[in-house]
Amino acid sequence: MLGKLSLSAIPYHVPILVGTFIGVVIVGLAVLGAITYFGKWGVLFRNWLFSVDHKRIGIMYIVLALVMLFRGFADAIMMRLQQAMAYNSPGYLPPSHYDQIFTAHGTIMIFFMAMAFMQGLFNLIVPLQIGARDVAFPFINSLSFWLTTAGAILVNISLFIGDFSTAGWLAYPPVSELQFSPGVGVDYYIWAVQISGIGTLLTAVNFITTVVKMRAPGMTWMRIPVFTWTVIASCIMIFTTFPALTVAVAELALDRYCGMHFFTNDGGGNVMLYLNLIWAWGHPEVYILVIPAFGVFSEVVPVFCRKPLFGYATMVYASLAITTLSLLVWVHHFFTMGAGANVNTFFGIMTMIIAIPTGVKVFNWLFTMYRGRIEFTAPMYWTIGFMIVFVIGGMTGVMLAIPASDFVLHNSEFLVAHFHNTIIGGVYFGYVAGMNFWAPKVTGFKMSQKLGKAAFLFWFFGFFLSFIPLYITGFDGMVRRLNHYDNPNWHFWLQIACVGVFCILCGVVCQLLQIFLGILNAKKPENVDVTGDPWGGRSLEWSTSSPAPAYNFAHIPVVQSRDAFAYNKEHGIDTRRTDEPYQDILMPKNTSAGFWHGMFALVLGFAAVWHIWWLVIVTVILNLVLAIGYSFKEDKEYVIPSSEVERIEKEHSRKLMTQVAE
Amino acid sequence: MAENTGTMTANTSQNVHEHEHENHSFFGFWMYLMSDCIVFGCLFTSYAVLRNQFAGGPTSKEMFELSRVAIETALLLTSSLTFGFAMLQARHNSKNGTLLWMVVSAILGLGFLILEIQEFIAFVQHGASPTVSAYWSAFFTLVGTHGLHVTLGLIWMIVLMIQLVTKGLNKKMMPRLACMSLFWHFLDIVWICVFSFVYLLSMA
Repeated sequence: MLGKLSLSAIPYHVPILVGTFIGVVIVGLAVLGAITYFGKWGVLFRNWLFSVDHKRIGIMYIVLALVMLFRGFADAIMMRLQQAMAYNSPGYLPPSHYDQIFTAHGTIMIFFMAMAFMQGLFNLIVPLQIGARDVAFPFINSLSFWLTTAGAILVNISLFIGDFSTAGWLAYPPVSELQFSPGVGVDYYIWAVQISGIGTLLTAVNFITTVVKMRAPGMTWMRIPVFTWTVIASCIMIFTTFPALTVAVAELALDRYCGMHFFTNDGGGNVMLYLNLIWAWGHPEVYILVIPAFGVFSEVVPVFCRKPLFGYATMVYASLAITTLSLLVWVHHFFTMGAGANVNTFFGIMTMIIAIPTGVKVFNWLFTMYRGRIEFTAPMYWTIGFMIVFVIGGMTGVMLAIPASDFVLHNSEFLVAHFHNTIIGGVYFGYVAGMNFWAPKVTGFKMSQKLGKAAFLFWFFGFFLSFIPLYITGFDGMVRRLNHYDNPNWHFWLQIACVGVFCILCGVVCQLLQIFLGILNAKKPENVDVTGDPWGGRSLEWSTSSPAPAYNFAHIPVVQSRDAFAYNKEHGIDTRRTDEPYQDILMPKNTSAGFWHGMFALVLGFAAVWHIWWLVIVTVILNLVLAIGYSFKEDKEYVIPSSEVERIEKEHSRKLMTQVAE
Repeated sequence: MAENTGTMTANTSQNVHEHEHENHSFFGFWMYLMSDCIVFGCLFTSYAVLRNQFAGGPTSKEMFELSRVAIETALLLTSSLTFGFAMLQARHNSKNGTLLWMVVSAILGLGFLILEIQEFIAFVQHGASPTVSAYWSAFFTLVGTHGLHVTLGLIWMIVLMIQLVTKGLNKKMMPRLACMSLFWHFLDIVWICVFSFVYLLSMA
């Protein structure tokens, strides 16, 4: 009836997990109680969980990302503590628990923190930036979100029921095969990654279609804001490479569930096939994440330097060049495979070539800043910090791209330091810069700049404290994923790294404070964004009110130039066209279908992990019935009457006038 | 689709809006198909890497029966052709004609599926199950994934036929039929690759 699931799957003998569980229950009950107390259940479901509004879905993505950041970061602290303590001693984490933690840390940070954050930014900004009222497929957007969330919940269920994978964030066989990982950990990994992967793929299809088909009149390809360009690049990579991940993980699942022999040691399986497939996705994946971050910087820098972006066209070409090159470098993850000198040379050179378009971008930002009137706001802090950290990470990447030196540094802490250097310095700094930059547009209030800058400084210095020591121990021969060690040279550096992670913790606390205080003080006049254009923005998202109305734009803006809104402001053109009569606007209705698909997928994944086959069949049928039923539904849209549009727009104009009068 | 929009009475903003949505689904479905194409690309890659890994078990040459595969191929390709006829009928606004050719396509597709399942059962009975060697794992996964697509395509086709009967050939149906048609032809192209690279190459 319950498959492999029994009471023994609940780890009540592990004090850390019991403590975590109690903590989660308390926080969970507090949240649920608060919602009940304030009577917000109806609002929560109708206006948020069932919403197909891209702005609300975007906010939900970012909430998910921040919760997952919290989880992934807790894992990071535990690992740093373990390595600081485990010199000539077993430390406090037994190896199997430690292995689960580093696996969960990687899986969560990439799939459920970074990817969720990225999709959140796509949702919040892209339709506004191209002058559209929504994405091309609003329902699929909601579905994507719920599939991603289902995957995230599945990973976290593994904390308290059963265990998580110990095979690392990419689940390399043969360790991840049934022979060496007989538990449910790898199965949790498989289902979480597959379910959220479908969501990500749908997001890519959705946003490519949105940008290609729904741009405002006049927005030709070379007038598209750079952030939207980077979203295109990222989506192209998603839908070309996520299938490789899907296939690799599906084949692993077939090995584990059906006794097949794709990657097993016996039966003619080939482990390197898995590595090639997974890295054919895995390397583009880091560009999928970082290119939108580059897009954020390309929006932040011109606004705060009061200049148009230097080298717009080269920025676009560089993004597309990186997109293409990213598909040709995956073998550098296993130069030691033995593919031979020629193959390794090719992939080494391709990898180094990526540094060129990336360098073009860095110089473009620098030249934009050169002689600009730079305003040192929080987003600008994160951007400048990024340039410093990321360039170092890029250079160590070029070192690793040399096959000969990779043979020495392969699988060492040097590698760990390198990719954190690029992912924290590039992706994370970028997304946080974006969050600080666009928060007023989304919420209607500005977040504290002081706390934002403090958070940055903690992150920046904490980063160097945490990861420079790992470069050093890596050079000194320390391999990654060590549970304990007896080399006295490493101990000092690992203690420093542990100090670093607590410095970063202060940064995270500042960020949380920034968000909570922001919400608390949202109504204070100095925080409210009345104009909808708090920074003197250049692209269309700043032309509408903050937060943007459900329909985004009462009149679809007409684009006459690159940096459309800046152009209109300079030429005295009213982007909102307030003197023209308003029309009825047709918008998609909210629907619960995406939510239920996600929930069924979650139960499906859980049932498959525990081999509860009847439940698997039931959930598959439910998903099919729901999808077919939804396809029969008519009446998926509603009308916002012109009078209502007029009322909202007049109200915004009135506020603008008062602001000007003051 | 052009003919279809011509039947719209007035070019009100509402109609324009809905029309745009229809265009989007066609474009979006193309995007989705391209990524599905890469799924098959990866499965073909796996198959190519593992093509000689019989692990001492039965080989493909011993197992394959080209005559059955030839009939399967004929059925699926004809099904694609008849679906093309269905689309032509839809463009001529003939609901019954569309339905008729869709029924024919579905029956042909079903015939393909039944033959394929028979083939799989025969292989397993003769000792070539997906668990005996990496080759058969890759074979069953690749060909089975195609079969699964055909199954889903058939379910989709039945749903569309029900919608045609209940709702008629309205302007919302055209893009759905067009996407279905894309999907069905796509499965044909994949099958041609399966037939050439899996069956024919093994016999060579």
